[in-house]
Amino acid sequence: MASTVGVIFSSINEENVPELTKVRSIGSVPYGGRYRLVDFALSNMVNSGITTVGMITKNNYQSLMDHLGSGKDWDLARKEGGLILLPPYSSSSEILYQNRLEALRCATAFLNKATADFVVLADSDAIYKLDYSKIIEAHTANNADITMVYHEHDIKKSRYYITFDIDKDQRITSVNINPPAIGKGKCYVNVMVARRSYLLNLIQDSQQRGYKSFGRDILAHGVNSIKMYGYKLEGYYESIDSINSYLKANMDLLNKNVRNEIFGDRDVYTKINDSAPAKFSETAKVKNSLVSDGCIIEGTVENCILFRGVKIGKDAVVKNCILMTDNVIGDNCNLNYVISDKNSVIRDNRTLSGCEVQPYFINKGSLI
Amino acid sequence: MLRKKECVAMLLAGGQGSRLYALTNNIAKPAVSFGAKYRIIDFPLSNCINSGIDTVGVLTQYQPLVLNEYVGNGQPWDLDRTFGGVHILSPYEAKKDTSWYKGTANAIYQNIRFMKMYNPEYVLILSGDHIYKMDYDKMLQAHKDTNADCTIACMQVPMKEASRFGILNTNHDGSIYEFEEKPKQPKSDLASMGIYIFTASKLFKYLELDEQDPNSSNDFGKNILPAMLNAGEKMQSYRFEGYWKDVGTISSLLEANMDLLGAVPNFELDDSKHVIHSRSPLAPPAFVEGEVINSIVATGGEVEGTVINSVVGTNCVIEKGAIVKDSVLMGNIVVKAGAQVNYSIIDEEVTIEENAVIGLAKEEASKIDGKTSGITVLGRGVNVQKGGVVPAGEIVDKNV
Repeated sequence: MASTVGVIFSSINEENVPELTKVRSIGSVPYGGRYRLVDFALSNMVNSGITTVGMITKNNYQSLMDHLGSGKDWDLARKEGGLILLPPYSSSSEILYQNRLEALRCATAFLNKATADFVVLADSDAIYKLDYSKIIEAHTANNADITMVYHEHDIKKSRYYITFDIDKDQRITSVNINPPAIGKGKCYVNVMVARRSYLLNLIQDSQQRGYKSFGRDILAHGVNSIKMYGYKLEGYYESIDSINSYLKANMDLLNKNVRNEIFGDRDVYTKINDSAPAKFSETAKVKNSLVSDGCIIEGTVENCILFRGVKIGKDAVVKNCILMTDNVIGDNCNLNYVISDKNSVIRDNRTLSGCEVQPYFINKGSLI
Repeated sequence: MLRKKECVAMLLAGGQGSRLYALTNNIAKPAVSFGAKYRIIDFPLSNCINSGIDTVGVLTQYQPLVLNEYVGNGQPWDLDRTFGGVHILSPYEAKKDTSWYKGTANAIYQNIRFMKMYNPEYVLILSGDHIYKMDYDKMLQAHKDTNADCTIACMQVPMKEASRFGILNTNHDGSIYEFEEKPKQPKSDLASMGIYIFTASKLFKYLELDEQDPNSSNDFGKNILPAMLNAGEKMQSYRFEGYWKDVGTISSLLEANMDLLGAVPNFELDDSKHVIHSRSPLAPPAFVEGEVINSIVATGGEVEGTVINSVVGTNCVIEKGAIVKDSVLMGNIVVKAGAQVNYSIIDEEVTIEENAVIGLAKEEASKIDGKTSGITVLGRGVNVQKGGVVPAGEIVDKNV
């Protein structure tokens, strides 16, 4: 692949899931039993042959740093390049960045220092599989300035949403910001490719002109002057933009086809933790669930995602739940549609229930 | 400042493990899978790092490929160090006296230069075929406290089994007055665990003396220890209490795997005070749909059949209607619909096609008198065809 560096926004669109991002950045939201959301953006890059990745952070990035460490679990602990954290850079009088353009300015020094020809920019709030080398091929073939990746799905009503109109040559003819949530659209997945020199000019230019919004001031405004092309992401894509989509994206993993698509024929890298294998007792009854290392199951579990080290007590019945790392569910509990953040303890005999559209959320480290 | 390490560990990992038959056709015994996600060598390596020993030489000779790849730079055990760390030590060619490792003592002798690089005061000798958790630092402390030249870890075994081990005959203060290798009429039930701490200078001296003796079989148990005892060196026993198992035979390997099961297992893997580190695979969590009872399951599996009293390794697929009972599935195994696996050890990369029957129910099979005591063994990469039958107690290393 052409020489490419990656830039990941680990802290954008956090407002969508305040429950989960109260204590962490969106990139370090736990997902799928043993992963964090950022693992998918990072693994896509590593599996595309990218060995230099800048990670733009904002605040509350302790948990992200704890997860990423030196980057060795992604093969990104390197002498040349590797994983580089880009904490917010500002003088004392300024507040931290407010939008994507300001965030990107945190990466200017990183991008200046890099020598690669291309830059891939990606958010860390979605589950998908993508080979960036193919996008760069298309980008070069189209002689594009910017290539934007889109996925066709129902337009969601969200805080900030971009769709494209695209002609038969994949050239983007219009950029629609917050279109009405009716029917399917070519929805931007917040992944784009540009030449490094082009992107640096764009950042500098936008700073001089006082641009605030990447979507409105650059994309929508420049649709005729910038050679913008689309690249279609085929297959599974789910972004985490509400607690419901968080539930759905997790439960989608119980579908064999989704599992095969996301995890088959490549590795999804994540922090390695040496928990013991999952243990099932004489009384365990488990159906249609993902069970991670370190779990000890004595009760009934159905349609659940169990993270590492979850304990399910005797005669407990747990259905349609996401139980994050080291949750302890007492004997005789009854849980339905519960999302419980890390390290929570549910005492014996408790009954907790949400529903599919309104799951019951338990904060990290709660005792109930 | 002279850089040095107080204690260097030397792990004997060269044995062929012939009593594991098909399981060690292509890999050394320490690389054999254990406990769903581990390999045997994880236990001594984890013990080292958990005891504060960060310099380990792993002596390999027999089929070292998998073992070398697995140990790698030692990072999974935090043994990737700028000074020290884990090193694979294979026999090498020198200007003169080139040879394979002739015996355990000779293997250590050939690597005296490795040990001397670290200028150690003590050397810990370990075997690569035991399952246990041990704090070697406590043993080292005892070695220092008693001012011993050699300390041998030992544990009590049932008297009737004592003749299978090296037996220590000790005084009240724990000092050893006699060492008997596999005695017919044991005088004590204290068995050597094959774990020794030597004061380095003494070890080097006796290794060199042993090397000069053409009649020696260059073995710790047979030569070095008796020689030191005869010369009046201070030999101490160190009593270990806890779980320890030599997994050198098919039946002991199965037994040790079964010791991981149950609410209060004989051997607890889930121990935050003594984590067993391993090269953990990157697979997603196990998908479980079927009936899984009293078993442990590693990541990456798709379990839709029935699993009872078993150990299921990484990335195993057990299809709907398949039954696995009282067995060990090592990793990357497919058990197709309707197949049955009973009282068996199945090595990695095995495929068992529809409706095949492997082994016999434990109650029946364990009555069979044979080299595996009725346990059925399928070697690495074996494919059992549709409806195929492998009788109890068989050892299979070709497709059937």
